[in-house]
Amino acid sequence: MLEWLVDPFSDPLLRRAALEVVLLGVTGGLLGCWIVYYELAFGAESLAHALFPGLVAAALLGVPILLGGAAGIVVAALAVAVAARAPSIGRDTAVAVVVTTLLGAGVLLALSQAAPPGLGELLFGDVLGVSDGDLLLAGALALVVVAALRVLHGRLLAVGFDRSTARSIGASPVLVDAALLVLLALAILVAVQGLGNLLVVAVLVGPAATARLLAHRMPAMMAWSVGAAMLAGIGGLLVSYHAGTAAGASIALVTVGLWALASAARRALPSVVA
Amino acid sequence: MTAGSTLSLMQATAPSAPAAAVRVSGLRGGYGGAPAIEGVDLALPEGARVGLLGPNGGGKTTLLRALLGELPDVGGELTVEGRLGVVPQTERSRLDFPVSALDVALMGTLSRLPWWRRPSRADRRAALAALERVGLRAEARRTFGELSGGQRQRVLVARALVQDARVLLLDEPFSGLDDPSTRLLESLFGDLAAEGRTLLISTHEIDQARGWDLVLCLNRAQIAFGPPDAVLTRDVLERTYGANVVELPGGGRGVMPPHHCG
Repeated sequence: MLEWLVDPFSDPLLRRAALEVVLLGVTGGLLGCWIVYYELAFGAESLAHALFPGLVAAALLGVPILLGGAAGIVVAALAVAVAARAPSIGRDTAVAVVVTTLLGAGVLLALSQAAPPGLGELLFGDVLGVSDGDLLLAGALALVVVAALRVLHGRLLAVGFDRSTARSIGASPVLVDAALLVLLALAILVAVQGLGNLLVVAVLVGPAATARLLAHRMPAMMAWSVGAAMLAGIGGLLVSYHAGTAAGASIALVTVGLWALASAARRALPSVVA
Repeated sequence: MTAGSTLSLMQATAPSAPAAAVRVSGLRGGYGGAPAIEGVDLALPEGARVGLLGPNGGGKTTLLRALLGELPDVGGELTVEGRLGVVPQTERSRLDFPVSALDVALMGTLSRLPWWRRPSRADRRAALAALERVGLRAEARRTFGELSGGQRQRVLVARALVQDARVLLLDEPFSGLDDPSTRLLESLFGDLAAEGRTLLISTHEIDQARGWDLVLCLNRAQIAFGPPDAVLTRDVLERTYGANVVELPGGGRGVMPPHHCG
């Protein structure tokens, strides 16, 4: 049993992957708690998918992926803003139309003759192939997110609690929303390298959804959420190593498994769990 | 007065008591189109409980937003002494939110702290003292959403006390409360007024407002303002509520708010 758990990590590739998922787990677990309560899960998923053509274009042009993703997010945000102005569509519909259009355009580009091999990694991630640069970036992101959420904590709490009177007690909903969205865009941009375009949402929403079932206070929820994200990351890597499955997809599956477990525990033991 | 705004917020020193905590003259305000309220002239003294009566859509919320400086289109003069605190209806807040009563009271420190500072131990003590003040010291660690409606309302009053609000704006604080909770809240309001705080309380309960110091009747314009005995006449109430005033069996008068009809 112990060998089952430890042996895989004698491989340096897997050790680097473990460090990456732990760092992304800190970011995703913490940020996810606010994403869940600010009802931004759909927005997070949309952002992640909509930046896909940016990633592909960057790969085709040979410029850094990060740059392409950043440009992709800006284009997506502008497209959503324009589409949302179309009368009688509604914001959710506008977002969905823009996102599927952009994702489709990205896939078209990725399947073109000129596309280099390995573009599938952009969709599903390649956590086993993370570079030193990726690890540094993930570490820097975790630091930024921890610091920003610490400073913003009181205001995020006040706006999430009651948006209508937040201004009167000194918390501007517009500024708080903007700060949270910027952090979310940064996190997606960095996490998409390791976890891929389709699976990045798993680490941003899944652990927090699990933690919400188990905790009554934001600090406790954050602890549960980071723990669940790390557990899912390491557990997913182990599953992928032993079962020979794709790493990103295994992490996503374990994330959902933990949520199902917490859900069942809450049902079975309502007095003990939360 | 031109259509734009000549709003003046002054922080003057208070002359001899009872000074006006809020002074409004010729106030009109709205959201860009036709004014939602106009002709509001009043002075709310320190330590007064003031009932704010009017039909739904009559401009009660608009007046509160004008006092807060949150109304996009305001004309007239408006002076507020000291800090304003809002006590919203508890249904506005999210009951599934992971905060304790103490967390909510601590939100009152936000406006006093610089943006990068977190509440200190002294701030926590102040928040606990405010909860004690509203009789909820023992419930400080309980989840906000698990408290009763009356307890939640008192936690929100505690939040305004942590803000050190001299003027409290209360949005229908009694709606949905049972009798014991209503009595508790009433006596808390009496105590706060005795400390010199000014309470502007919007309500549908005319007979309750009879026990307070002043009453303002609002229906898109100021209908009447003054002591309850002088203001709460059948004529004023009919002009405030239209024909919805009914005689109650006990001899008092009640109002049928539109959302209770049919």
